[in-house]
Amino acid sequence: MSRVFIGMGTCGLATGAGQVRAAVEKWAATRGIDMTITPTGCIGFCKAEPIMDVVTDTGHRISYSNVTPEVAGFILDEAFVRKNYKLDGLLGQLKNGRQPFPGIPMIEDHPYFRKQVKYVLRNCGVIDPESISDYRSSGGFKGFERALAMSREEVISEITRSGLRGRGGSGFPAGKKWELALRENNARKYVICNADEGDPGAFMDRSILEGDVYAVLEGMMIAGYAIGANEGIIYCRAEYPLAIERIEKAIDVLKTEGMLEKPVGGHDFQFRLRVKKGAGAFVCGEETALMASVEGRRGMPRPRPPFPSVAGLFQKPTIVNNVETMANVSHIMREGAESFSAMGTATSKGTKVFALTGKVVNTGLVEVPMGITLREIVFDIGGGIPDGREFKAVQIGGPSGGCIPAQHLDTQIDYESLKTLGTIMGSGGLVVMDEDTCMVDMARYFLSFITAESCGKCIPCREGTQRLYEVLDSIVSPYSKMSGEEENLLRFNRILNMEGLAQVIKDTSLCGLGQSAPNPVLSTLRFFKGEYDAHVYDRKCPAHQCKGLLTFTIDTNTCTGCTLCAKKCPSGAIVGEKKKAHYIVDEKCIRCGTCRDVCRFESVLVN
Amino acid sequence: MEATREKRSIDVVIARYPAQREHLISILQEVQQEYGYLSRESIDTISGYLKLPSSKIFGVATFYNQFRLNKPGRIQIAVCRGTACHVKGSLNLLDSVKTLLDIDVGKTSKDGFFSLDTVACLGCCSIAPVIMANGKFFGRLDKKKLEGLIEKFRAAGRVEE
Repeated sequence: MSRVFIGMGTCGLATGAGQVRAAVEKWAATRGIDMTITPTGCIGFCKAEPIMDVVTDTGHRISYSNVTPEVAGFILDEAFVRKNYKLDGLLGQLKNGRQPFPGIPMIEDHPYFRKQVKYVLRNCGVIDPESISDYRSSGGFKGFERALAMSREEVISEITRSGLRGRGGSGFPAGKKWELALRENNARKYVICNADEGDPGAFMDRSILEGDVYAVLEGMMIAGYAIGANEGIIYCRAEYPLAIERIEKAIDVLKTEGMLEKPVGGHDFQFRLRVKKGAGAFVCGEETALMASVEGRRGMPRPRPPFPSVAGLFQKPTIVNNVETMANVSHIMREGAESFSAMGTATSKGTKVFALTGKVVNTGLVEVPMGITLREIVFDIGGGIPDGREFKAVQIGGPSGGCIPAQHLDTQIDYESLKTLGTIMGSGGLVVMDEDTCMVDMARYFLSFITAESCGKCIPCREGTQRLYEVLDSIVSPYSKMSGEEENLLRFNRILNMEGLAQVIKDTSLCGLGQSAPNPVLSTLRFFKGEYDAHVYDRKCPAHQCKGLLTFTIDTNTCTGCTLCAKKCPSGAIVGEKKKAHYIVDEKCIRCGTCRDVCRFESVLVN
Repeated sequence: MEATREKRSIDVVIARYPAQREHLISILQEVQQEYGYLSRESIDTISGYLKLPSSKIFGVATFYNQFRLNKPGRIQIAVCRGTACHVKGSLNLLDSVKTLLDIDVGKTSKDGFFSLDTVACLGCCSIAPVIMANGKFFGRLDKKKLEGLIEKFRAAGRVEE
């Protein structure tokens, strides 16, 4: 019997893994070959999607990248018929405990994987996420069993010793949170898994839920036992339909296996699990807002204390941990605190998963030990910047984080060092930017996101971020929109006070969302003051991104008068006779860039 | 007749959930899944079921990005405006979609065929820029690929991969 694995996470599917699967089925059917196709989650190398693994007669698993339906047939022909495995797109073979297959490199020696340490992502892209027996044979539920053999206090002290800190952003020690909840004497307690991954640019939680859902559920069951809770809720964003489907299926399997809603391990501990679909609000990643949303209300944060560990969901003691934290818990309980605390820095233990995206060659999920430098992530793992462009900055922590420039690339990543750079770990989105990215535009982009997502409860966040956005917008808007000298002076005054306003928002907002909202502005002001100056004083955007400040002109020397741009211009701003140089009427130009895109002679100049 | 038929089935839809406030969002999601949007009538029905003022339900429905209060097109396009997509030019992509479909964000085309929305992040950042059409994801897009996609949808009358 022949067997292939296909990476069928959301990103795999979006790049055509579904068609690859159909091609494999067709190939097997026409040849009468008995073929098992196992869909897996994402191995993290999204740039190489769709990824297909073939299993050799010797039981070795060999991985190929960028598999299209056409290439799939060729690979299958070569691998299963001709037994030739050295093909284009070869990534390497997966470790399987046996002697390596001769002549094929190991996948962990691939430059993308070499510096990575797979702790929490170990199963993603390797096992069939919907198969509980696959999870069991990879050591699944051993951690839960070990926890049940210990007392509650022992479980918590194990987590505390591991040094695990919340992976959702704030970095609060998980063991400490659990201890506070355990101390509360209440018949009803809740465990919430925060899967409302709202940070644009982050998708590690989606990947874990799609690729290794049982690890997350096992972590929640351990947490439930440790604090004495009877119910666990996974609050997952509705934008992740595949993840929700996987969670629901997994919960059903656990129920039929008798691991949920029944006493387990000779204890009176019994646990319920359910999914709650989020409805698309960034602020619901904040724990008190999240709980309001679970209760069916508008997701607005409330002041703390009382902390959720005292009075949380429905006023009962509640712990909220994010997906990556929960998945780590099950591995820590299985392999002991030391397996985790042996990695990382003095204050930040273990590994962290980052979503590496933007202007970088290798995009995908990377799991690295804490303390690695950003340079290693961007250049060694990420393969640097494509098209020979210059690195400018890396944005970390989403809308609550900041941009780190080239001179700080050698900073070791941990919770504390990032804070000194004016950003936060956040959930781990790393967006790489090159010289074509405008930092003022980035700050404005994040502010527009925050103004749309602010819940509106407290004034500094609701009004302050709106004002801050208006200032940034005025910086990138053309003068012609302004009327009169007085307004220009007023505008300048606002720009001068921008930093002060940001500080007030930071100091006085109610929840973490508002307190961190000005970070993108403050950090770009700190490291890219020159770009702001160019916008404000010279009225130029050095990266040529801010449309309002651009002027389009046609080079009369090279224009052949082919009339293509005039035909394509949506606002009719280009005039000229056939075979003679054309002109752009600036007042009519909407700066869409269509003329530059269609011109075959590179005659359209942008300044 | 039309109204009563809808009403009967909406009762069936919401009866799956106990009449408690904590299920409000799930009920709204289920109703939207069934009808594509939340009509005034369905909000009133839910209000009667949960014994909660319509204004409160309206407050919840407008707070969350997922809910829509007007009828969507047959093909719902959502352009991702996440950070990675922004860096890879999703704003230009959004402009192109607007021009191609001749509608604004949050609107439905006159023939009821397309509707256009933006979404904060689809979590497919590694294959940015991304759009979602009727729940299916399409990544690594540029203006040309996008034009091809829209053309394909228009010709097929549905979303095809």
